Amino acid sequence: MGLETKPLSTLHEKSSYDVADFPVPTGREEEWRFTPLSRLKGLHNGTAAVTGGVVVDVEAAPEVRVETVGRDDARLGKAYTPADRVSAQAYSSFEKATVVTVPKMTAASRPTVITLRGSGAGAAAYGHILVSVEPMAEAVLVLDHRGSAVYADNVEFDVAEGGTLKVVSLQDWDDDAVHVSHHHARLGKDATFRSFVVTLGGDLVRLSPSVSYTAPGGDADLTGLYFVDEGQHLEHRLLVDHSVPNCRSNVTYKGALQGDGAHAVWIGDVIIRAEAEGTDTYELNRNLILTDGARADSVPNLEILTGEVAGAGHASASGRLDDEHIFYLQARGIPFDEARRLVIHGFFAQLLEKIEVPEIRERVLSAVEAELAR
Amino acid sequence: MSTLEIRDLHVAVGDKEILRGVDLTVRSGETHAIMGPNGSGKSTLAYAVAGHPKYTVTSGTVLLDGEDLLEMSVDERARAGLFLAMQYPVEVPGVSVSNFLRSAITAVRGEAPKLREFAKELKGGMDALSIDPAFAQRNTNEGFSGGEKKRHEILQLELLKPKIAVLDETDSGLDVDALRVVSEGINRFRASGDTGVLLITHYTRILRYVKPDFVHVFAGGRVVEEGGPELADKLEAEGYEAYTSKASA
Repeated sequence: MGLETKPLSTLHEKSSYDVADFPVPTGREEEWRFTPLSRLKGLHNGTAAVTGGVVVDVEAAPEVRVETVGRDDARLGKAYTPADRVSAQAYSSFEKATVVTVPKMTAASRPTVITLRGSGAGAAAYGHILVSVEPMAEAVLVLDHRGSAVYADNVEFDVAEGGTLKVVSLQDWDDDAVHVSHHHARLGKDATFRSFVVTLGGDLVRLSPSVSYTAPGGDADLTGLYFVDEGQHLEHRLLVDHSVPNCRSNVTYKGALQGDGAHAVWIGDVIIRAEAEGTDTYELNRNLILTDGARADSVPNLEILTGEVAGAGHASASGRLDDEHIFYLQARGIPFDEARRLVIHGFFAQLLEKIEVPEIRERVLSAVEAELAR
Repeated sequence: MSTLEIRDLHVAVGDKEILRGVDLTVRSGETHAIMGPNGSGKSTLAYAVAGHPKYTVTSGTVLLDGEDLLEMSVDERARAGLFLAMQYPVEVPGVSVSNFLRSAITAVRGEAPKLREFAKELKGGMDALSIDPAFAQRNTNEGFSGGEKKRHEILQLELLKPKIAVLDETDSGLDVDALRVVSEGINRFRASGDTGVLLITHYTRILRYVKPDFVHVFAGGRVVEEGGPELADKLEAEGYEAYTSKASA
């Protein structure tokens, strides 16, 4: 791909609020080829019956304003325009949206927790969340997905000049849940965004976190941890679009897989456009395959359209537990299962330290423990 | 009183036979040095006894106090009282020294040490080996220098207190100061008199600090000569040449 050619990533450039602008995916499209469409329960082709329920419950920090608004609220859809059919379907189908506002110059004193609880995977539900961080404001947000659902939603993180937003999104669904979600962060001048995604539960989860910058100085860290069990399809599709100078991004996703039909997909797209001089970016994905029959697809795409970058790199590796690590621990008397547990913990350890909400860190730790005990 | 008894041990890696009938007995209170040229099978002996999956025992027996080690898993052997200090200790990302040692001590002693006692024991052990206490929070062996790795192996030796320790080229890559510190650790371990040491080395240098009771010369996958400490002096003077030609004959 030379500089004259259109960016590969043009597939992300098609955006519309209208479902009809996106053909029904067949599974041959680049953006859908890894996703088992037959397990989407009609979210992609309009056949999903919209009678399902996901209850949204917000436990907000006292400084933060929370509203439930209708479709006509002018603030919605400003930071993000849907980029694929399911996203457009969600945008045109949700009834109520949750808007969280962190007022200007305010630092929220504790995390705001949004719990999304599904009441069954028999029918579909759509949702929309907007988190608006006003200039120089600072907040921690937790999105906690539980229960069972067929759910598609869009989450907009709009971080204004000098603002800081730290998000933990926990996909802790029941085994039969289907969740297709877009998380988009739009960062203003000198804004800071930290996203920590933890995906553990669900039959199929396809989460697409993306970042765009409106002014220089934006700084995004996107971290993810997933544990894929037998039969699960957990897909993370990242896109960082550097379109202004002197912004930074770092993507680190790590996953472990075990059991027949466990399938992880990680797509990491980073575009550094011609205007985005001084960009500093790095993306990494690692997969630890614990058993036969599990599969990880990892596709980093770094597209650089300017010669003036501060740093740009990517790495991807998928492999088995290292026998030498296990041997060393066993040679000190540590039984195999415990040695395996220590090594897998070690694999995730640096990521876990980044979770700034202690209760969530503990919960993720014990969830990983529970996965290992299976 | 413990005994490690190796009888007619044959070991292969893939199709290639490396050990060709090793006989060796190590008792508590004894220090045996195994010396030999590179490629003579010294390290294979160490790893095979510890149970590394790469090495296949094709015949022979290894008994620790009459128990068949070869029937045991790697961790069972360690809990039975065998310790292998490795020539190339493994880096284990994300597992801190402190967490690793506490897990190992818990496994070997059969119960978790109390946190405060463990911290004290760890600090004492690290002090004795001139290891910076900050290492407790570092990932096991990750980014350690060669000398730091070897000190860390001896720290484990002193904390786990095995019946029989196999030290595989613990002296290689150490400068004189580190060699002295590590040797003192080995000597503290030996001092009780109820532990046995099998010291594998290419060079006689460490034997000035850790005096062996018996010296075995290894060549071509077996012991070709045995003697007392004076044999080491002879090797220092004459090298291995006599044995390598003998072994290939």
